[in-house]
Amino acid sequence: MEVLLGITGKDFTIVAASKAAMRGATILKASDDKTRALNSTSLMAFSGEAGDTVQFAEYIQANIQLYSMRNSMELSPTATANFVRGELARALRSRRPYTVNLILGGYDKIADKPTLYWIDYLASLAPVPYAAHGYAQYYCLSILDKHHHPDIDFEQGMKLLRMCTQELKRRLPIDFKGVVVKVITKDGIREQEYEDDVKVAIP
Amino acid sequence: MASGYDRALSVFSPDGHVFQVEYALEAVKRGTCAVAVKGSDVVVLGCEKRSAMKLQDTRITPSKICLVDTHVALAFAGLNADARILVDKARLEAQSHRLTVEDPVSIEYITKYVAGVQQRYTQSGGVRPFGISTLIVGFDPNDKTPRLYQTEPSGIYSAWKANAIGRSSKTVREFLERNHKDNMDREETIKLTVKSLLEVVQTGAKNIEIAIMAPGKLIEMLPVEDIEKYVESINTEKQEEAASRRPGRTPGTGTAAILTRGPGEGTGS
Repeated sequence: MEVLLGITGKDFTIVAASKAAMRGATILKASDDKTRALNSTSLMAFSGEAGDTVQFAEYIQANIQLYSMRNSMELSPTATANFVRGELARALRSRRPYTVNLILGGYDKIADKPTLYWIDYLASLAPVPYAAHGYAQYYCLSILDKHHHPDIDFEQGMKLLRMCTQELKRRLPIDFKGVVVKVITKDGIREQEYEDDVKVAIP
Repeated sequence: MASGYDRALSVFSPDGHVFQVEYALEAVKRGTCAVAVKGSDVVVLGCEKRSAMKLQDTRITPSKICLVDTHVALAFAGLNADARILVDKARLEAQSHRLTVEDPVSIEYITKYVAGVQQRYTQSGGVRPFGISTLIVGFDPNDKTPRLYQTEPSGIYSAWKANAIGRSSKTVREFLERNHKDNMDREETIKLTVKSLLEVVQTGAKNIEIAIMAPGKLIEMLPVEDIEKYVESINTEKQEEAASRRPGRTPGTGTAAILTRGPGEGTGS
């Protein structure tokens, strides 16, 4: 029951990932960071088969950084997303595919727009205004459908995220131990403080 | 000279030479000059830049100073095309090292790797050695000590306080030997680098390239205007020095002032 969420707004992309590292029904760790920064404007959040996830994320991270060193420029979030999809598609048709679901948040400095890509383990790629993976989809997409607007500012974005995490806390049968929240803007990637212990009224 | 022992690369001549490797060193000597100087908390790379032709677009002509990783810079002298291949191998290794051990490479590690690749190309069939020497500089992760290494086509590597490679590197190295001090600050280090390059670069600032590395910071390429300022201040210093020397000299001793030497160092060591 891993939670991945992504929300874009006027000039930012918020990516949230649950902090629980699980093995079967056991929580091994409550402070797991399921994200990797690929370069200064792209962040990847991942869930799926334990082991596959980190292996794939770090492989992508190394290749994106190698690209910037070789070409003395950073790959745009769009190019990054297509590269990631390509790698996932190649692996899918190999002897050992990666079982990894991804959310790729970024900020396109040229178009001056936040970007968000939804990629699943079957290597389908979709640019989206907001995204969720796993069970979070069932609870959050409806909330986001109702409340999201492309021009929201950062405070409204965080409010939306709060609505999503509250709902997940209310309805998911297993505690996901709160979320790590990362924000991507034109200035780079930063971690956002996030209060996880807010009381939730359950009917 | 060509007595059959310089045909196949991996064959010794009877007196123990591997000629192709020595020819590679000759290619290095013909390449443009590169200098590196360590200060107390910086390391500066300086390169002689070929003057661009009239229609050449200098903005997109590649530089002789390349980044191997964010904390490692490399300058080379010799065949530019060979350098591209070697630098690419080094970059791949730097990222691969990060991926396998989750740590950036140390400067010594990447130097050893580069030297290792160069050595391999002196002992395998169907290849020729890299016609380049390199100066590898930077800072180890979580460390503030500047590092400077040199590699050669044979695969030799060595650590230095300051060094030069390429055309007239001997002149520059001797200049550095005379003028290098321990614990120089940023300004002094840059100035020494520019000054040493001016020993062999006549055309001044527009043919000089300077890169500065400091711990935990990105590489900084010095803008041409700043290099010009250093060149100007060095030139005025030299003129003042020459002017102050003349009256103090007793006529008829016949020792000419050597412009590039500091006061009291004229006799050399």
